[in-house]
Amino acid sequence: MTPLLQVRDLTKRYGARLGCGDVSFDLYPGEVMGIVGESGSGKSTLLNCLAGHQPPDEGQVIFDTRAEGPVDTLTMSEPERRMLGRTDWAFVHQNARDGLRMGVSAGANVGERLMAVGARHYGDIREQAVDWLSRVEIAEDRVDDRPRAFSGGMQQRLQIARNLVTGPRLVFMDEPTGGLDVSVQARLLDLLRGLVREMGLSAIIVTHDLAVVRLLADRLMVMKSGAVVETGLTDQVLDDPQHGYTQLLVSSVLQV
Amino acid sequence: MTAMQHDPAYNFAYLDEQTKRMIRRALLKALAIPGYQVPFASREMPMPYGWGTGGVQVTAACLTPEDRLKVIDQGADDTTNAVSIRKFFERTAGVATTEHTNEASVIQTRHRIPEAPLGAGQILVYQVPIPEPLRFLEPRETETRKMHALEEYGLMYVKLYEDIAHNGAISTAYAYPVKVEGRYVMDPSPIPKFDNPKLESGAIQLFGAGREQRIYAIPPYTQVVSLDFEDHPFEPSKADHDCDLCGCGTSYLDEVITDDAGGRMFVCSDTDFCAARQAEGHRGRLSGEDAA
Repeated sequence: MTPLLQVRDLTKRYGARLGCGDVSFDLYPGEVMGIVGESGSGKSTLLNCLAGHQPPDEGQVIFDTRAEGPVDTLTMSEPERRMLGRTDWAFVHQNARDGLRMGVSAGANVGERLMAVGARHYGDIREQAVDWLSRVEIAEDRVDDRPRAFSGGMQQRLQIARNLVTGPRLVFMDEPTGGLDVSVQARLLDLLRGLVREMGLSAIIVTHDLAVVRLLADRLMVMKSGAVVETGLTDQVLDDPQHGYTQLLVSSVLQV
Repeated sequence: MTAMQHDPAYNFAYLDEQTKRMIRRALLKALAIPGYQVPFASREMPMPYGWGTGGVQVTAACLTPEDRLKVIDQGADDTTNAVSIRKFFERTAGVATTEHTNEASVIQTRHRIPEAPLGAGQILVYQVPIPEPLRFLEPRETETRKMHALEEYGLMYVKLYEDIAHNGAISTAYAYPVKVEGRYVMDPSPIPKFDNPKLESGAIQLFGAGREQRIYAIPPYTQVVSLDFEDHPFEPSKADHDCDLCGCGTSYLDEVITDDAGGRMFVCSDTDFCAARQAEGHRGRLSGEDAA
């Protein structure tokens, strides 16, 4: 089986400082990988480099494209990479406002990706938008409301619908549940887990919340100071942490 | 049709030769890449931004002493903007001016395309406030330029989608986005969408945005397609009336409030077109009353 994404020796420096260093891993179709670590450990830098938002200094990010098989996305031309960004890839921002167009309706937010890949039939676009809103538990009568009128949880769900409407194969998520209260978090996680399993998505989830990765991720990568300190199956890493930092991280979780 | 004396204190058509040369270069580039916004070093003009500084600069760069200039504002030859720009060129260039569309070789316009068909040998110069059709959807200029470069126009349809979602039909009535020669999406300046089909003509069409420092163009006989959805096709629209002065049922109309008791009349916005029809003997509903 060809890995969907192969990352080789990815390094990003900010001047003399290391953002993330020598990260390598394979992600297989249908697999969800979690990246955990404290603030400043390089999680978001890594994710942005993977998703093409930032150019890394060294390394390769090889994606198994539908048309040409494995291609290094860093040496792709910009139009190709942007095309990938709105078809096979999706990026869920921590702050829904970063990923949504706040000035246009929820339906248009979902429809934008469809129109960006050439949909030109209003009825079809509308139908798909309504369908996707219902899949993320947003009522049909809210389709013409602007995201400003939505609660934080709804905005995040709308962002997920907007990203998944074109049927991507790989989803990048940057703290998808950050800033939401726990009950909303739980529902969002439930929803995400359902969608990921149902659509057979691969996902890379960056978070500092161990509960999120416990629920969603098959595998886990623990980062500290820009380097990967431990990898393994989620349950294995969380139940039997080997590295000192992972042990600290696991023991820091408050028990209610 | 008066030829005024050129005021010798000014260089021909106000701008100096180097500036006109710079603008002509931008114009040639714009004509070579239909619909593409060419940056140019817009000058301060002796009028405020928003009064047609872009159009005036383009007109100045195009004018020759043999030209005959017509200036219209919302279709009318006799409104403030049109009168002052016409006077400006009478004084600084001494060119002949006219109010008749078919006699003019250069027409500077704001918000309308004349009703009479334009042909070879004529130049139509538009005054453009915002040249970037994507501006209100994507405020970053770096991003919109990239979207033009990579032909990513999905966002333009988001606006049309919003129109239909909120109003049941594409309610954009002016500055209706068009795709030029199958490549660049362009803002045709705030002309009513009624005029969009006339963008395909035999005349050279030049667009000047002074404050935004952009020039773009549509060469003669270039394909210009108004964007739409398959199930909501583009429809040029006008007020559902006949002209009250000349009786024309096919021209673009202005609605004029005549009293404070709900009285109104509809008149052709193209004054030259309307006057010509009245001279031919056409009459409308209110002809002979307050129509002088």
